Amino acid sequence: MSVSVSNRGGAHIVTLAGEIDLQTSPQVRDAVLDSLRQGGAVVIDMGGISYIDSSGVASLVEGFQVARRQGVAFILAAVSPAAMRVLQLARLDKVFAFQPDVDTALAEGI
Amino acid sequence: MPDRILASLCVPGRAESLRLIRGMVREAALARGATAEWAHDLVLAVDEACQNVVRHGYGDHGLSGDVIVEVTANGEGLCVHVTDFATPVDPATIRPRDLEDIRPGGLGVFLMRALTDECVWEAPPPGAGNVLRLCKWLPKNSREGEHT
Repeated sequence: MSVSVSNRGGAHIVTLAGEIDLQTSPQVRDAVLDSLRQGGAVVIDMGGISYIDSSGVASLVEGFQVARRQGVAFILAAVSPAAMRVLQLARLDKVFAFQPDVDTALAEGI
Repeated sequence: MPDRILASLCVPGRAESLRLIRGMVREAALARGATAEWAHDLVLAVDEACQNVVRHGYGDHGLSGDVIVEVTANGEGLCVHVTDFATPVDPATIRPRDLEDIRPGGLGVFLMRALTDECVWEAPPPGAGNVLRLCKWLPKNSREGEHT
């Protein structure tokens, strides 16, 4: 699993790749919350994620809640069908904001 | 047809073991003829069960111990038994949380039940703590002995 953070157009882009599970989700949580602490919108690029479990979903929910308190955008981009299935089962597909890719998120979502 | 053991694994009940468990369950499901999507759902259910053991069975009590994961095939699909050596829990106290309550955590039991056809805590054998049986049935045209 890899996590990287960059800045584009005033937003933090958190790019995730690989499998997010109980072992790796703390890295996701740290990257998401660190980005939110710096202020501004956060886009999570999920295009490289091959697997996500409930601990990974919990990291995203925590980020969503912090962003909502701060009044900044928190967008999930390029969500794979497997990840979307987990979010739908958890009824979070109606909670998060989604965009098909990072460029669209930056252009239209924030 | 009788149950047939496809794969079995005994690993330390730690987060680092989960990837290995997922790989075994995924390969067993694919070898049995499951689609990638079907295999993903069983893998996720088993992963959630095992991480509950790691986090709550052992972690919450400062304990360490093994997890045994056994995949069996029968005429309807696959069953996975997850055995731990933690303190036995009363299955009646294990409930999924309300999904209307949007908060981090607490999704594991919900996913285990949503992704399988059976999710049952069995009486553990002597020396074991808890045994969870997760079963998922294959589509009828994918079952052993049945062909389209």
